[in-house]
Amino acid sequence: MKISILGGRLIDPANGLDQITNVHIAAGKVIALGDAPAGFDAGQSIDVNGQIVCPGLVDLRACLREPGQEYKATIASETRAAAKSGITTLVCPPDTDPVADTPAVVDLIRHRSMQAGFARVLSLGALTQNLEGKQLAEMGALKAAGCVGVSNAHTAVNSTQVMRRAMEYASSQNLPVFLHAEDPSLADGGCAHEGAVSVRLGLPGIPGIAESIAVARELQLVEQTSVRAHFCQLSSERAVKMIARAQHDGLPVTADVAAHQLFLTEMDIGYFDSQCHVRPPLRTQRDRDGLRAAVKHGTISAICSDHQPHDTNAKLAPFPSSAPGISTLETLLPLTLRLVDENVLGLSEAIACLTCHPAQIIGASSSLAIGDCADVCIFDPEQYWELTAEGMASQGHNSPFLGWEFKGRVTHTLLAGHINFIYDSRK
Amino acid sequence: MRRRNLQLDEQGRLRHLLTIEGLKRQQIVDILDTAESFINVGDQQARNAQVRKVPLLRGKTVVNLFFEASTRTLTTFELAAKRLSADVLKININTSATVKGESLLDMLQNLEAMQCDMFVVRHGDSGAAHLIAQHVAPHISVINAGDGRHAHPTQALLDMFTIRRHKGEFAPLTVAIVGDIMHSRVARSQIHALTTLGISDLRVVAPQTLIPAQVEGLGVHVYHDMKEGLRDADVVIMLRLQKERMQGALLPSEQEYFQDYGLTEEKLVVAKTDVMVMHPGPINRGVEIDSEVADGPRSVILEQVSNGIAVRMAVMSMVLGRPPVDTEENEGAAQ
Repeated sequence: MKISILGGRLIDPANGLDQITNVHIAAGKVIALGDAPAGFDAGQSIDVNGQIVCPGLVDLRACLREPGQEYKATIASETRAAAKSGITTLVCPPDTDPVADTPAVVDLIRHRSMQAGFARVLSLGALTQNLEGKQLAEMGALKAAGCVGVSNAHTAVNSTQVMRRAMEYASSQNLPVFLHAEDPSLADGGCAHEGAVSVRLGLPGIPGIAESIAVARELQLVEQTSVRAHFCQLSSERAVKMIARAQHDGLPVTADVAAHQLFLTEMDIGYFDSQCHVRPPLRTQRDRDGLRAAVKHGTISAICSDHQPHDTNAKLAPFPSSAPGISTLETLLPLTLRLVDENVLGLSEAIACLTCHPAQIIGASSSLAIGDCADVCIFDPEQYWELTAEGMASQGHNSPFLGWEFKGRVTHTLLAGHINFIYDSRK
Repeated sequence: MRRRNLQLDEQGRLRHLLTIEGLKRQQIVDILDTAESFINVGDQQARNAQVRKVPLLRGKTVVNLFFEASTRTLTTFELAAKRLSADVLKININTSATVKGESLLDMLQNLEAMQCDMFVVRHGDSGAAHLIAQHVAPHISVINAGDGRHAHPTQALLDMFTIRRHKGEFAPLTVAIVGDIMHSRVARSQIHALTTLGISDLRVVAPQTLIPAQVEGLGVHVYHDMKEGLRDADVVIMLRLQKERMQGALLPSEQEYFQDYGLTEEKLVVAKTDVMVMHPGPINRGVEIDSEVADGPRSVILEQVSNGIAVRMAVMSMVLGRPPVDTEENEGAAQ
């Protein structure tokens, strides 16, 4: 189908574009900007006056719960929520059940996502077999199966020797390693940031140094092995500063942050709000400000959702026994836009944190130049809406943002030139 | 947004008792005053010995829901409820069986269907009482009898009651809480109670491994030296040291702990001469306290236990919304 997107403000950070123009699409690709080519006969024209047109969003971490926990969510349910949120590419961590340590699991995930047809799902392969931190996973086979990186997810690799070997091997496969930096013994048994709130509520704490000590080890191993390393979902100012220094020293290191970490702090736990139980934990105002500064200065180049949908019962437990994680696909763009309103980022910078920067980390591109794949997100930046459980498309309604008012609503999402979401105001 | 103070109703009255934090000074004083009116109920030596029960909670059903083992707390709650003429149901849940959220809330719904009026809850997870209070039917009250490391409000109230009976005023007092502050819900509730009541100097005394990060934010001074911490203290509160703290590299040995932080007559010399020694029990003789002190004239440990009944009667009657009445006027009805 040939589509013309007319009159929108095209923001394409990869190409430094921010202008009101038309985008013409045919055969899944952008074929012209501005005037339509001679003889172009659009099957569908979308008038998006006053709206913003940008590349489809790329989310570096979304747990889709399939295979293994389909009672929480499925690839179909979550990719549909992604389409509704303007996200066209999702990166799925390997901690599925079974673990994505063989091509079969990676193939299954890709197959299911193509069946659903709402978003492109890319996999991270396991760094070690069954994420046990002992034997290396077959990274070559995983790469051949389409994995864009390797990771041990939230399971720590205790042995520094195994981690070193894993990084060396990944480096020779030219695969980036995605790291969740948390020292397992310092974090053991903890469920909230060790500080003012955990002492008041008597919650077992996870100190900030659980992150920074792990970052210190991994940075030295990166230096040793020259592997491309990506630090996932940082939570502490101290860790961010260490990464900034490493980048300054020329190490091949990138980092992302989960959008909720830029807005919530330990204080939001209030009296045991299990919706604020996340890993890494919400930390202090100072950490939150440090993370914002790092996004502003580019130390953290990508903002991800760290989407973790849960069934209702998973959160209906005393705080320490509740399952950590937030269902966040639908708040990724609006929270990032809020950073623009709060003068942390310019609009184009904010969109870059959701498009070309994360794409670059997984070796992909996210751009709407002529010839590029037509993954497009169109949103109305002035439209206000409230997040409600009933209004969520994700199967997981676990969000501390329920009841928040957001500005900026996705009206259309195109995946490879196909419209796979249109906002219907009557619903 | 969630209502901040779950335990108060719209008029600011106690609807549940989940934590001391957030209570006003006058609310604590009211509970202590009410407890004074109950202190002789059931006491055979007392002037009005014939008053064994008051009918304040007649027709009400109190469920003691204990997910953790307890002797004194459970027993005194049971006695308190019975002396208020309530029907009492005791449910002990085997702690080894995993009681997760779903079954916990399911169980509550079943109990609600049996038309109970109050849950007295003890649970190993911090926040369990809050969770239950959030989900019970509007006519049901929840009293926290200890949740994880978070709070044990009735224990703190009975300690305040005991201190007030001996010392009168709180304002001039220096109080030292000694021991495992990190894992202690009792200490957290005591700290909130003592700071709300406005004592002049509140100290916590323990090695760094047993002091939680940023505890100063709760309004206490931290001491690692027992002698310094006890100097001129009016009240010394010892905390129980769980045996399992020897694992996990928190302490080298019981012997060394007793050497440095065990309360002995010798260490108590630096405190005020009329110092009172308290302990929420059960005590580990020779670990955190020497028998000579525990059984000595300055110890009020057993008195704390009996005061626990009056304080729990006060809390239960106030939370269930009946104004306290003078027991003597009710003698006839009570018999």
